[in-house]
Amino acid sequence: MNSKTVMKIVVSFYVFLFFAYLFGPLLMMAASAFNVSTFPQVAPWEGFTFKWFGALADNGAMVDGIINSLWIGLGVICLSVPISLAAALMMTQIYQRLQPIYYLIVISPVLMPGIILGISTLVFWDKLGVLAQAEYESIFYNGMFLTVVGQSTFISAYCMLIFLARLQRFDRTQEEAALDLGATHTQVFWKILIPFLRPAIFSAAVLAFLTSFENYNTTVFTIQAESTLTTVLSGQIRLGTKPDVSALAVIIIAVTLVTASIYEVLRRREMAREEAEREAVQRAEAAADLALTAKPIAAS
Amino acid sequence: MSEFIGIFLAVLLAILIAPHAQEHADRIWAAVKRINFVQRNGVFISTYLIVAVVAWTVFMIILPQLYMVDFSFRFNLLPAEIGGPKDTYTLEQYSYLLFGRAGDEDAMNWLHLRVFGRTILVSVLVTLFDFAICYPIAYYMAQVAKGGQARLLFLCLILPFWVNEILRAFAFKILFGTGGVANVVLIWLGMLDEPFDFLKADVGLYAGLSYAYLLLMIFPLFNAVESLDHNQVEAARDLGAPWWRIHFRVVMPHAKPGIASGCTMVFMLCAGALAAPQILGGPSSLWFTQIIYQWFNTGGNWPRGSAYAFVLLLICIVFVMAVMRIFKVRFGEIAK
Repeated sequence: MNSKTVMKIVVSFYVFLFFAYLFGPLLMMAASAFNVSTFPQVAPWEGFTFKWFGALADNGAMVDGIINSLWIGLGVICLSVPISLAAALMMTQIYQRLQPIYYLIVISPVLMPGIILGISTLVFWDKLGVLAQAEYESIFYNGMFLTVVGQSTFISAYCMLIFLARLQRFDRTQEEAALDLGATHTQVFWKILIPFLRPAIFSAAVLAFLTSFENYNTTVFTIQAESTLTTVLSGQIRLGTKPDVSALAVIIIAVTLVTASIYEVLRRREMAREEAEREAVQRAEAAADLALTAKPIAAS
Repeated sequence: MSEFIGIFLAVLLAILIAPHAQEHADRIWAAVKRINFVQRNGVFISTYLIVAVVAWTVFMIILPQLYMVDFSFRFNLLPAEIGGPKDTYTLEQYSYLLFGRAGDEDAMNWLHLRVFGRTILVSVLVTLFDFAICYPIAYYMAQVAKGGQARLLFLCLILPFWVNEILRAFAFKILFGTGGVANVVLIWLGMLDEPFDFLKADVGLYAGLSYAYLLLMIFPLFNAVESLDHNQVEAARDLGAPWWRIHFRVVMPHAKPGIASGCTMVFMLCAGALAAPQILGGPSSLWFTQIIYQWFNTGGNWPRGSAYAFVLLLICIVFVMAVMRIFKVRFGEIAK
């Protein structure tokens, strides 16, 4: 056995260990959802049951939290997708000199701890509410609204990166051609830019929703009297746990795995298609070049 | 009465200046339409772009941050007292972190300072640990694994990333609880005689934190290592460099921006983590974010919470600067 084989075995073992570390805890948690024991655990195994899934449906606070989380996710999509699209388009047009400072500002929410975004949103809107002498029931103190705003602050930055990546491949001559042919700017935006960006809009919306749904650090400060799935979960886990939390975990993992897999597959297919298109264009261009260079030679 | 006169005067003024204003507005309108930006996008789209970007950058990013800093230099007042004579600037909230309440036995606020120090130290250690275990995987995926295998590994990495942070912490609670699998296995192996309380000893917390942010280390590393031309590694090997020197002299210098980016993300998320310490932390130990959370909830002192949060933010900024200095990379390369 030479050193290369030894190295290969060591490396494979390491990769195996790494993925065991990655999936082991999650599998364990999933398994504990099916154990009869009233405490979420795998050993000792007291028997197989589905009863914790039923217990979950009776957990009213959890169900309310999930419904709130879904609404907040939709709100975040509605707010952060248009904002991030505008921010990405602005990035391509802003003065060269201003670009670094603009980039620093819009990317800073990603590099900031989530709790700081939550706190700053909370105190800022609280102050606005005081200035506007708003009622306590008004929007300035509404936990759902503040959570949408707070989460969108950094989710918009993620979405912007998706749009920027897509815009890098945008061919501006298409826009110019449309304008030359008499289209208005608004028409160019709706008929050329938006169709080109459609996959990115879809990705951004999915990313925004999933990120919002699992956010805790920002939400826990902005949500106040309301609750979301994550705040309910964290509260219940801290107070002591029953396996119905594991049952929820199984459902969430299943849903996110399916969503994420579909999303990944679609994204990869899209990328492969674009790659093929680009290659086809390149081949066509090369052929055209060849024809152009070949013609004078043939003529001479 | 004075209100009525005011309205009357305003209406009079409006009637007088309206024709001029009309002319003026037309001129402004024409000037607006001549601006490059408006010409390029059209009036409708320009308005949308500017409104959306200003709303985001000014009203969601800049002003809230500035206001939080301003707020942290104020006293904790009742709503009625705000704007009154008591509403002045103060360093009280910051000095509380250092010295505690005046008249306490200890000169310094050791409780909070110790928590602060522990948070920073553990975050640095978690960052180093994550780098150490992620680097080989990133290198393997980027340079060694072939097509289909690399794609599969990549998918396997992404999937756990979508599982909620709280559920990930919960999984570690199950793993490390007194009746957890870790204890069962160790007792079965004969390494332990009786269950060991991993959560009380904070082992669960450290493991959970390293686990939670693993992927934010691996993706930047992967991207950076992937862009390295494998021929460079081959060349170094042909010239007789041992494997460890290839990594230190060829791969790592090339991957510097990715390393810097991964370290920054992991440190920031770890120091700012709230869910994992709340769920996995031992009963007697706190994380700095938990103190901030307390000031906003049971503590009921928002300015002090803001001051503590600002200190946390400063530490994160200092860390980013230090990483940029150490790795000699620019900000743009980190925040890719």
